[in-house]
Amino acid sequence: MTAPTDTTGKGPSDYRKLEESVTLSPVANPSGLGQSEELLTINMGPHHPATHGVLRLLVTLDGEIVRDLRPLIGYLHTGIEKTCEDKPYWKVVPLVERMDYLAYYFNAMAYVHSVEELVGIEVPKRAQYLRVIHMELNRIMSHLFWFGTSCLDIGAMSLLWYSLRERETILDLFESASGQRVHTRYFQIGGVIEDIPGGGWVDRCRAFVKELPTRVAQFRDLIYANEIALQRLKGVGIVDSQRLLDLGVTGPLLRASGVEWDLRKAQPYSSYDDFEFGVPLGAVGDNFDRMAVRLAEMEESAKIIEQALDGLPEGPVIVDDRKVALPPRHELATSMEALIHHFKLVTEGFRVAPGERYSAIEGPRGELGCFVKADGSSKPARVHIRDSSFVNLQAIADMCRGGYIADLIATLAMLDPILGGIDR
Amino acid sequence: MPDPTGLELLAGGLRARLGDDAVVGTAHSNDYGSIEIQPQHISAALALLRDEGYRFLSSVHGADEYPHEPRLAVHYELLDMNRPDRVAIKLRVPVDAPHVESVAPSWPTADHQEREIYDLFGVVFDGHPDLRRILMPEDYEGHPQRRDFPLGGEPVLFTHHEAEGLHYAE
Amino acid sequence: MEVTRTPVGATPADAAADLKIRQYDAQRMLRGDMSDEELEEYVRSRVLTTTLDQALTWARSNAIFPATFGLACCAIEMITLVGSRLDIARIGSEAMRASPRQADLLILSGRVSIKMAPIIRRIYDQMLEPKWTIAMGACSSSMGVFNNYAIVPADKFLPVDVHVPGCPPRPEAVMYGVLKLRDQIQQKPDLGWRARYDAGSTIEVLGTEGVPNGGGSITTTRTHVGPGRPAPAPTPEIAPGLVLPPTATPSA
Repeated sequence: MTAPTDTTGKGPSDYRKLEESVTLSPVANPSGLGQSEELLTINMGPHHPATHGVLRLLVTLDGEIVRDLRPLIGYLHTGIEKTCEDKPYWKVVPLVERMDYLAYYFNAMAYVHSVEELVGIEVPKRAQYLRVIHMELNRIMSHLFWFGTSCLDIGAMSLLWYSLRERETILDLFESASGQRVHTRYFQIGGVIEDIPGGGWVDRCRAFVKELPTRVAQFRDLIYANEIALQRLKGVGIVDSQRLLDLGVTGPLLRASGVEWDLRKAQPYSSYDDFEFGVPLGAVGDNFDRMAVRLAEMEESAKIIEQALDGLPEGPVIVDDRKVALPPRHELATSMEALIHHFKLVTEGFRVAPGERYSAIEGPRGELGCFVKADGSSKPARVHIRDSSFVNLQAIADMCRGGYIADLIATLAMLDPILGGIDR
Repeated sequence: MPDPTGLELLAGGLRARLGDDAVVGTAHSNDYGSIEIQPQHISAALALLRDEGYRFLSSVHGADEYPHEPRLAVHYELLDMNRPDRVAIKLRVPVDAPHVESVAPSWPTADHQEREIYDLFGVVFDGHPDLRRILMPEDYEGHPQRRDFPLGGEPVLFTHHEAEGLHYAE
Repeated sequence: MEVTRTPVGATPADAAADLKIRQYDAQRMLRGDMSDEELEEYVRSRVLTTTLDQALTWARSNAIFPATFGLACCAIEMITLVGSRLDIARIGSEAMRASPRQADLLILSGRVSIKMAPIIRRIYDQMLEPKWTIAMGACSSSMGVFNNYAIVPADKFLPVDVHVPGCPPRPEAVMYGVLKLRDQIQQKPDLGWRARYDAGSTIEVLGTEGVPNGGGSITTTRTHVGPGRPAPAPTPEIAPGLVLPPTATPSA
């Protein structure tokens, strides 16, 4: 750059001298005024377009580099666990569903599975397969929503509309089966509340899972060729797998760093061992691997659903024990006993002998565990959901230290935190 | 999920290293085993179980065993990824002296989870790097998840109540 | 006066002739060659007259910018509203503004916890008049499924124009609520319910004066509340430690 010509004849002004004294030297003297570097702590959230929900972050910055990060949560705390202690066992299901609000079938399954193991209820095979189908559809739906909003965060906005479109098909299936798109109260203690409708539900589901791999391939085509997205994701946010294990991280985050741990394979529940599916793993553990693992998981879920639809057995959809599950509606007109059972279950619920149980399932974000403590009455004494996002959030500081703010946004998107589960 | 004999062997191992009175009891039902220990031995017990292979701490959560004393219970769910196997460790502290040694320095996953137990139950974890409320507002008084804490809530007032002169705060 | 209507582009020749006539009329008008009656006719057929009020409400109601404010499960259905099946952009809410200064509409989608309520109030105060609120879902309107110590209904701390029931409400239901709000804006530019319920504008007060319990370090806000409404008294059943809104004093 040539020096500007001096037209005043007075020589360089003080300002010009100051300007020319500034060099691109390291951080120690950024403004050329002799000031030392300073750390700035700013507050992101809880109302922020890029935090997924009401998450507040205190970010300590050195220029644009994140030196430290502290998440502050509790802005969505709803006291669900305390409310659960006030309700009979079957009334807890809709409350627990609303915790991790993208994975409602999983929340319900974690709780219902815990109670079934505590009481010792055997769920019929058809109900197990139906549960698997719905859970895997929910997994695909959750990953689609995550994908759309994450791409919105990193700037590839059009993918939001594409993934929401796919989601609508799944929500239509949920609505046909249970009457509600979201928070369906479909899983009950002992099985599912109702059989899937005839008249094409299975065909529509099959058509959807047949088309899903092409859609995922289209998503990959769009993102993997987007240079900006790749720059924002590759090599960013790497934490080594031992540190992740120490922090208790599970799910796609752990699998992206190469640890093969999936509760559906390791400790199968609800007939998952009847199905053949792969567990996608990442190599490096950066944001790109996290995205790739979740996209691949959608395809694996489609395989599981197809196998489940092919092998769907006939039979009851809820356990026969009338002390635990409601009798079918048509019997109430003819059988006095059924009426009494129905009355007892709806007004008081069933009693569970004192005991406690923790059992975990594989949710879309990791290990979703439920601890149920019974004290002999018809209401649980303690219901605690070990939410995967709550534990995964502890890794955000390690993932973001040393990166830029822009990387913080991308990493937060890839972490997939759901504040409903974090705050409960 | 160790079978009953496996659980007793684990408990025996803990007794051998930590003393006979360290283990209060064991419970096993339907493939789920839990060992109750005295609160002061928690770090040592978890370290011993880590040597046994249970290297992943799944969950740290609390419960209030009102009206049985000591009331406040803390549960630690451990997972062995290689076998795979789960076991639970439980301890109980009274309300008037609710101090437990924090395991967060050696098990980083317990950081937020112990803060949650402190916030909702009032169990103080000594040695925790940053013990503050996590879910409730910082200046909240009381520990909501305790059984004797009221559930709270609003009476739902409809418009015709307003016409009768009733307002929310009455 | 007879108004003759010709179908648009009846034949290409007619349309061309029509255009030529209009151009010729325009030239005459600009040159000042039109007589008074012709000029009046010219203006009447081309200019839409209205009151300023109506024009403003038409503009406001057809371009309501929602603030991106998702709290919980209802936020998922609100984002589905932005999706292509029920496109909220076709009623004008294309741009969801992140900054409250640029937003008109606050859709409270989800449960409002006691920790979040002062923050929502602060965001609401930062929005510029005219502003509206939709309480989406059962939780924000009236505690919803959870009636406990941790959440608060939205009516307690900010004026709500439209309540949309549901848990969560279908996107169609939210759309209906937004359209109802639009009708409200168009028919009543001076929303009458605010006068009835003394829910006038709000002002932001930084600091702790007038707040019971000292208020701590939370900034508080005051609402213009009309006289004659009894101040809420703290009741012992409410959980301890809950900071209640300050006693409302109407200020100038």
